[in-house]
Amino acid sequence: MSWVSSYFASSVGKKSVMALTGLSLVGFLVVHLVGNINMLIGSDAFNHYSHFLLSFEGIYVLEAVLAALFLLHAFFGLMIAFQNSQARPDSYSVQTKSGRGTTFASSTMPYTGTIILIFLILHLFDLKFGEHYSVPNEEGVRDIYKLVLVYFSKPLHVAWYIIAMISLAIHTSHGFWSAFQTLGFSHPKYDGFLRKSSIAYAVLVGAGFSFFAIWAYLQHGGNV
Amino acid sequence: MSDEMTLYLQVWRQKDSKSKGGFQNYKVENVSGDMSFLEMLDMLNENLAREGKDPIQYDHDCREGICGACSCMINGEAHGPGKKTTTCEMHMRHFNDGDAIIIEPWRAKAFPVLKDLAVDRSAYDKIIMAGGFIEVKYGNAPEANSMMVGKEVADFAMDNAACIGCGACAAACPNASAMLFTAAKTTQLSLLPQGKVESKKRVQSMIKKMDELGFGNCTNERLCEAACPKGISIISIARMNREYMGTLLKSDY
Repeated sequence: MSWVSSYFASSVGKKSVMALTGLSLVGFLVVHLVGNINMLIGSDAFNHYSHFLLSFEGIYVLEAVLAALFLLHAFFGLMIAFQNSQARPDSYSVQTKSGRGTTFASSTMPYTGTIILIFLILHLFDLKFGEHYSVPNEEGVRDIYKLVLVYFSKPLHVAWYIIAMISLAIHTSHGFWSAFQTLGFSHPKYDGFLRKSSIAYAVLVGAGFSFFAIWAYLQHGGNV
Repeated sequence: MSDEMTLYLQVWRQKDSKSKGGFQNYKVENVSGDMSFLEMLDMLNENLAREGKDPIQYDHDCREGICGACSCMINGEAHGPGKKTTTCEMHMRHFNDGDAIIIEPWRAKAFPVLKDLAVDRSAYDKIIMAGGFIEVKYGNAPEANSMMVGKEVADFAMDNAACIGCGACAAACPNASAMLFTAAKTTQLSLLPQGKVESKKRVQSMIKKMDELGFGNCTNERLCEAACPKGISIISIARMNREYMGTLLKSDY
């Protein structure tokens, strides 16, 4: 095996892929969240923002990179979870929560990750590849604003969205710090700061995205 | 804290590595708070021997916390509830009269159970054999101060050298990962002038061996550092990761 392939087959190599893709996705979520603010400004702002993204020439390249990040993260994550279950064939009879080390978030990473994966597929299916509304009087501009309001007018959609965002917050509350630790950024000087940032980030994305879903629900499909 | 305690033990009994094990209940009376955990087990074993029964096999050697032999899971915690303590250093005064104590062996694919509480920890030796030593010849001790080492660096190397290879890190890890051990054993050498020379080769071969032996992948759950009787921190894991990632592009030469 060449050095590069054996690097990515090693435990540290796999973890570094998880960390790098994870941190990139952390960055993507911020961009997504900031983009959503256009929704509050109004239908024109939001539709023009999405039209600007969709009509951008390099969008397919960016989408392919983003898809690759998600797929790599999910693939390596599931592989690690599977291998780790093999590393201890007989489990302990007693598992004490000593309050030291492991947290709820860190021990549930594969589960919250799976919820996010399912959410992501449905999210693309329902919105990106969902109903195609057109903005009246504007050729080729998709009315994403209307789509969002119609989609989130159903309480079930809002509830599922919030469940997924809580999972995302739990996942990133460990993942954000964990990525830095894996990549070797760990020092008593800033470890506490990274830990707090991880929680702050998790609250920001979890509450931030949920806010938009609730806000969209309160618009009653835009028919008020 | 009573001086004469009666304890109800549930101990994992397993005939050999191929047999299926199970818990056995034992009652131990007249346990003094000043006894160590191993002395309490010795007392139980003496009773068992007197009754003509097979004593419980467990590993022990120095009984002063430096050999790392006394591996067992006590009520779900590696080396029991004490912080930075090995099983032999654990005093029975941490328990109360009438307590139920569940004792299990380390459980990991790489640490097969040999008998009862004794496991085969030679996987850690194999990681050391893969490169946890210095090959270059340094000759006699050099002139003092001819090789400068910062105080903090020397301290950190020493903290890592405190590792006794007891296996608690992999045993406590939800993924049975040996990262803290491997990190300690690479860090203690890589930070010092003599060990720095082969650091890249060493970290590659030791991590490769660790993976081959069937230890899991680290997911930063931090249970290793909580379980470590020598208080080695996961900062060492981050340092090793840094060194290992560096080898992707650079070699020792």
